[in-house]
Amino acid sequence: MAEGSKDRGGPGPAEPEEDSPNMIVYRKMEDIVTRIQDEKAGGVAIRTVKSFLSKIPSVVSGADIVQWLMKNLSIEDPAEAIHLGSLIAAHGYIFPINDHVLTLKDDGTLYRFQSPYFWPSNCWEPENTDYAIYLCKRTMQNKARLELADYEAENLARLQRAFARKWEFIFMQAEAQVKIDRKKDKAERKILDSQERAFWDVHRPVPGCVNTTEMDIRKCRREKNPHRVKKSVYGVPDDGQSQPSPVHVSSQPARKPTREDVQKEITFLNTQLDRHCMKVSKVADSLMTYTEQFLEYDPFVSAVDPSIPWITDDTTFWDLEASREPSQQRVKKWGFSLEEALKDPAGRDQFLKFLESEFSSENLRFWLAVQDMKRRPHQEVSSRAQEIWQEFLAEGAPSSINLDSHSYERTSQNLKDPGRYSYEDAQDHIFQLMKSDSYARFLRSNIYQDLLLARKKVSYTHTPRSLICTASVKRLG
Amino acid sequence: MSQDPLEGCRISAGKKSAVSLGKALHPPNLLVVVEGTCGACVAASPVSAPEGSCSYNVAHHHLCVCVRVCMAWQGLQKGETLASLKQESENLRRKLEEERGKLTDVELHQVAEKVETVAALSIKTRRVLKGHGNKVLSMDWCKDKRRLVSSSQDGKVIVWDAFTLNKEHGITLPCTWVMACAYAPSGCAVACGGLDNKCSVVPLSLDRNENVTAKKKSVAMHTNYVSGCSFTNSDMQLLTSSGDGTCALWDVESGQLLQSFHGHTADVLSLDLAPSETGNTFVSGGCDMKANVWDMRSGQNIQSFDNHQSDINCVKYYPSGDAFASASDDATCRFYDLRADREVAVYQKDSIIFGASSVDFSLSGRLLFAGYNDYTINVWDVLKGTRVSVLFGHENRVSRVRVSPDGTALCSASWDNTLRVSRT
Repeated sequence: MAEGSKDRGGPGPAEPEEDSPNMIVYRKMEDIVTRIQDEKAGGVAIRTVKSFLSKIPSVVSGADIVQWLMKNLSIEDPAEAIHLGSLIAAHGYIFPINDHVLTLKDDGTLYRFQSPYFWPSNCWEPENTDYAIYLCKRTMQNKARLELADYEAENLARLQRAFARKWEFIFMQAEAQVKIDRKKDKAERKILDSQERAFWDVHRPVPGCVNTTEMDIRKCRREKNPHRVKKSVYGVPDDGQSQPSPVHVSSQPARKPTREDVQKEITFLNTQLDRHCMKVSKVADSLMTYTEQFLEYDPFVSAVDPSIPWITDDTTFWDLEASREPSQQRVKKWGFSLEEALKDPAGRDQFLKFLESEFSSENLRFWLAVQDMKRRPHQEVSSRAQEIWQEFLAEGAPSSINLDSHSYERTSQNLKDPGRYSYEDAQDHIFQLMKSDSYARFLRSNIYQDLLLARKKVSYTHTPRSLICTASVKRLG
Repeated sequence: MSQDPLEGCRISAGKKSAVSLGKALHPPNLLVVVEGTCGACVAASPVSAPEGSCSYNVAHHHLCVCVRVCMAWQGLQKGETLASLKQESENLRRKLEEERGKLTDVELHQVAEKVETVAALSIKTRRVLKGHGNKVLSMDWCKDKRRLVSSSQDGKVIVWDAFTLNKEHGITLPCTWVMACAYAPSGCAVACGGLDNKCSVVPLSLDRNENVTAKKKSVAMHTNYVSGCSFTNSDMQLLTSSGDGTCALWDVESGQLLQSFHGHTADVLSLDLAPSETGNTFVSGGCDMKANVWDMRSGQNIQSFDNHQSDINCVKYYPSGDAFASASDDATCRFYDLRADREVAVYQKDSIIFGASSVDFSLSGRLLFAGYNDYTINVWDVLKGTRVSVLFGHENRVSRVRVSPDGTALCSASWDNTLRVSRT
């Protein structure tokens, strides 16, 4: 079993974890809505709009919000501003006064700002009892604007069935809320009612709308008071029936760093200081060169021949790639580096063919055999390692490779307890050898040049797999 | 009496050096025992204890020693030494930052000014894969460039032929939130895992009537959720990352733990293997805001980057293997070069305030596709640092983006229960 880890310091006391991922986004949205409302500092004018016989207090048009976002967040495309604004609305920070669906429109639609009391950063997780109270009290007030939408009526019916036994209690709570609301000033009530409705639109969204309160379960444990009792919107005391929020528990208790930890850090830092690093100018050039080289192979950047999969139903492009007849463009890639040549099965085959013609294929066959060994199940590694030794390195080996004495010594040491990495040094050494010697000659060879200049077509008599196994077949003889 | 039990031991990587411990012995109540594997000869036997030496002279190997100081010594100067050690660590950190700063003679985007601008992209959705009943959390392409595997919060893993939209296999796991899935290099199996704290390998059968779920085999066992998994170059080894703060390498056939990687101080959310035929490294990112590069052979953390200001949700290597990118909840993506041991680019905008969940490079490494929690995918010019394009379409968070193996298409998985395959 893999062991657990240490946590970096314990959770704070009653304070919300300001650096939790959700809180970071909430604070950014709050900063935006605060700035939008700050008329003196370039915000939008929030005004009362006259409509027929009544007044609509404290509203802003959607177009104004879009304009503000474009100007203050350097957004060039209105579509982007609308998208961002809609997300801010979906989280409940702004809402249309006449719609349960929380999106932003770039027109005269009127919007209001949510009260900080209802902001998501307060980590609301309202219970169904609260929702029932809310829906119930809406039905008690004879106001057109408070009429329940279809989906809300359905929800209410369902809640009445679920809470059948304690419905009297809920009804009483709803009545109490109505009494409290009646005491407020008319304009104030309009605003508060709409804000309350927007709150519920976030926590009990219209069917089909995104529920922005859904959490990524991997981030849940760092939320504010994950185990504490959930706060009621209407001050209803918790009756112990509420379920705790889903939280995944850390497998390790929080621990302070020990001396051992700090010592390890020091060792690590010292190693980093000793490391030889390249200048940024140099790596930048290297990155640019690499990208430049492969640009013509990148279908997102360059046009691709012959036909493009995904757009048409034609799979010719893939069939060609899969065939053993590599295109000139593909052959060109083999010339970029030995790695590129070996990555491509066709490149590997051609290089091997070239080496065989020079009677020096044992290096590549050794390299390929070690690659294959590393891919075997753990149980088989040991025996494969022995086979490779016999084939390539033992005294009088049939495909003897040329290793310097130091690598040879170390490799034979490794073989006393053979493992996946027993041949790492040898493989490295052989790779460098091929790179500096035979690979360069391969690129100059007829075999390669013919393909590159499309002078000749490739002919195959066997697949790569059998070439790798050839070594062992010979051995078992 | 010396404060530092390591005084007298020269431990140095990258140079020809001998670790000699004879001189490290202090007054009789101190005993220094050195254990560990010699990075050069990879033998599992202890280097030596207490007096002895081991020498190595290969440039790029690391000698890692674990020093166990005897109890008597430890008991003596506990509190004081911890503080002075912390101070030393701080000093080293500052020195390291200074040294690295000296090598930053220019910014990547400045050097890239002379590169031609990428032509405006017009990327369109070509396929929409519907079938999952809940959020799609992860996906992976098959090497055949058209099949892919996806996993969901509803506990299902589906193997699709994305080209024909055909669902080829459906696997049901006994847990919700399957956060990790991967296609085996042979195309004959998939791996998946998540809240069950395990990663299982499921061989794919050509026989449509066969129940693939029945053949599921548990390979990896962690003590917390499995956040990511990847096969190495073979169907036989599986690398996993977990909420328990570790990564681990497993032998698929036996389920044996081959190597574990400790160093993160919080959940590890993502990992990616270096794209090299000969390489033995991988990078991981986690909730401790660090991206760590690991040596698979020794289990050692060889490089670390802590530039992000919140969880790192995804890490991905640049195609050459010399660099990698990361996506974070701090709403930025970053690009690091391993040879410079430094962050070399930050991809951010005032209008992007939601976290980035996933990144992947186009084939040449010129473009970086990044999926965000604001339902969009932003396409960045890796060298110039500018945004080339923004893709709308998903109706909820984008959880994963992956470019197909031949670079022809981009697949994005989302909390809106769908996957989309897009291309220019």
